Amino acid sequence: MESRAARIALGGWTLLVVLFLWIPLALIIVYAFNKANVQSWPIPGFTTHWFGVAWHSQEVRQALWLSVRAALTTTAAALVLGSMAAFAIARFKFFGREAVSFLFVLPIALPGIVTGMSLNSFFVFNHINLSFWTIVIGHSTFCIVLVYNNVIARLRRSSPSLIEASQDLGADGWQTFRFVIWPVLSTALVAGGLLAFALSFDEVVVTYFTAGAQNTLPLLIFGYIRLGQQLPIVNAIAFAMIVLTVIPVVLAQRLMRDTGVLRRGGTAALTAK
Amino acid sequence: MATQAPAREGSEAAPGSPAVRLKGIRRTYGDVVAIAGLDLDIAEGEFFTLLGPSGSGKTTTLRVIAGFERPDAGSVELAGVDVTHAAPSERDVNTVFQDYALFPHMTVQENVEYGLRVKGVGRRERRMKANEVLERVRLPQVGARRPVQLSGGQRQRVALARAIVNRPTVLLLDEPLGALDLKLRQEMQVFLKALQQDLGITFVYVTHDQEEALTMSDRMAVFNEGRIEQVGSPADVYEHPETEFVAGFVGVSNVLERGGRRFTIRPEKIHMIEGIGGDGETGVIRDVVYVGMVTRYIVDLHSGGELVVVRQNLETSSREVLEAKGKRVRLEWRPEHTYEIDKEENR
Repeated sequence: MESRAARIALGGWTLLVVLFLWIPLALIIVYAFNKANVQSWPIPGFTTHWFGVAWHSQEVRQALWLSVRAALTTTAAALVLGSMAAFAIARFKFFGREAVSFLFVLPIALPGIVTGMSLNSFFVFNHINLSFWTIVIGHSTFCIVLVYNNVIARLRRSSPSLIEASQDLGADGWQTFRFVIWPVLSTALVAGGLLAFALSFDEVVVTYFTAGAQNTLPLLIFGYIRLGQQLPIVNAIAFAMIVLTVIPVVLAQRLMRDTGVLRRGGTAALTAK
Repeated sequence: MATQAPAREGSEAAPGSPAVRLKGIRRTYGDVVAIAGLDLDIAEGEFFTLLGPSGSGKTTTLRVIAGFERPDAGSVELAGVDVTHAAPSERDVNTVFQDYALFPHMTVQENVEYGLRVKGVGRRERRMKANEVLERVRLPQVGARRPVQLSGGQRQRVALARAIVNRPTVLLLDEPLGALDLKLRQEMQVFLKALQQDLGITFVYVTHDQEEALTMSDRMAVFNEGRIEQVGSPADVYEHPETEFVAGFVGVSNVLERGGRRFTIRPEKIHMIEGIGGDGETGVIRDVVYVGMVTRYIVDLHSGGELVVVRQNLETSSREVLEAKGKRVRLEWRPEHTYEIDKEENR
């Protein structure tokens, strides 16, 4: 029996959890517009001054550029490797298939510190200098999963006869890819890619072990906070990052909804006539 | 096995050759033999059914005709032209898939137009032809919708429309009514048969439903364990089953052994008379199954074996027929209604 009291209690509890999750973020957002350069409550006034300071800082710009490049490269690698793996697992039966599938998904659950540490000792042991590429390799270990999971879910939900139906109706390999395979998979790829980008862009732990002397944006923030420097700038960057991360995640979720099929409004409307 | 040189390009169909000819087809998956040496001719304009239980090789045979499966041995001819090595897209056949395989990202209209689009047919002509076939399958209003917005029966008809828009010489149907409920199935059986006669296209129809096969086919082939047990018209296969398997799969298996000869008799051909005395076999009613329009009686015979007898419930009530259990009866039939099975010449 679900009484009125129980429902109110549950509602209250849910509200508490939501507040617990969002109050710290809200605080950062408020502080990003803080007029004073010390964090005190209530803030003395609103300003967008710190955004300008952050934007013109050479250090911040370099870190941002490195983060964007690393995230883009990682996303590209994850798209290629993740979708190829998903195809292999979903469409072929081979010995050890379940094991391989498990090995693909494991890195997302593995603590970042373990991944980072082991990658670091692997690079050092093989005399590989830590660089942009070691960051990309580190991020790829867990970003491949995101694409893999999205694509395999889509493949399992779509009829395996789609490709045969296309061939049966007279399409050649390229037409089948262009008209059937790509449209069916594209949203899964876009969604996986967006998630991979978001995860790579704000990753700290693995990056810390694989970045060498360079700073990605999260590493820069980490350093600022540890030294207690530039806190107003950090708040401004944090606000920008929240926005930058929320957008791809929301987009990805929308793309994966229901059939996950992109509404191609133009063509659909035309043929409807 | 050697196959004839492919002669598909430019060669005209030889007149009088069957729409589909399979010669010595064999297909194995590792140790599993899906088709074990199969010869079959399907005439032009025929409604031909491949009937059999699951795993009997009927679907594999269909896929060999479509070109999705390459046979290990044997050859496939369409209208006299060897297509054994031709890709599915090069064969003048189209398929209605069991799960329909409609493209989820396209509207119904786009799905139906697909075959014309990949062949480079212009937009205006595509639309005209698609509208025409959608009307033919009685779905003129749904062109703008997507497959997810349709009912199962509507999807089935869209799949049908998509497959006939190219006017193939042979249409392959893989258990197309399997996912529909009984009433809709019966409607679609009538509709498909009428459509086939109207279009004049050869239909090759796969099903495990004997009733479907009997009602729709011009001729049918009964499959079992990768082989064809019997080919013939529905009446032929039903009244004169050549093997025990066919007797059991198409209808009720009523097999008796008398004097070293095995024969079969259909349950509705048996007269059941209460009491003993006179000619025929005697026995006791062991079980009574009331199925609405008819009642099935299972009779243990005194000379060994059992027979199923079907009687229409013309004037009897369910209570009366159920009381028949345990009664002694006499069974009679006309000798021409029995059919000897597993004879050497039938094999």
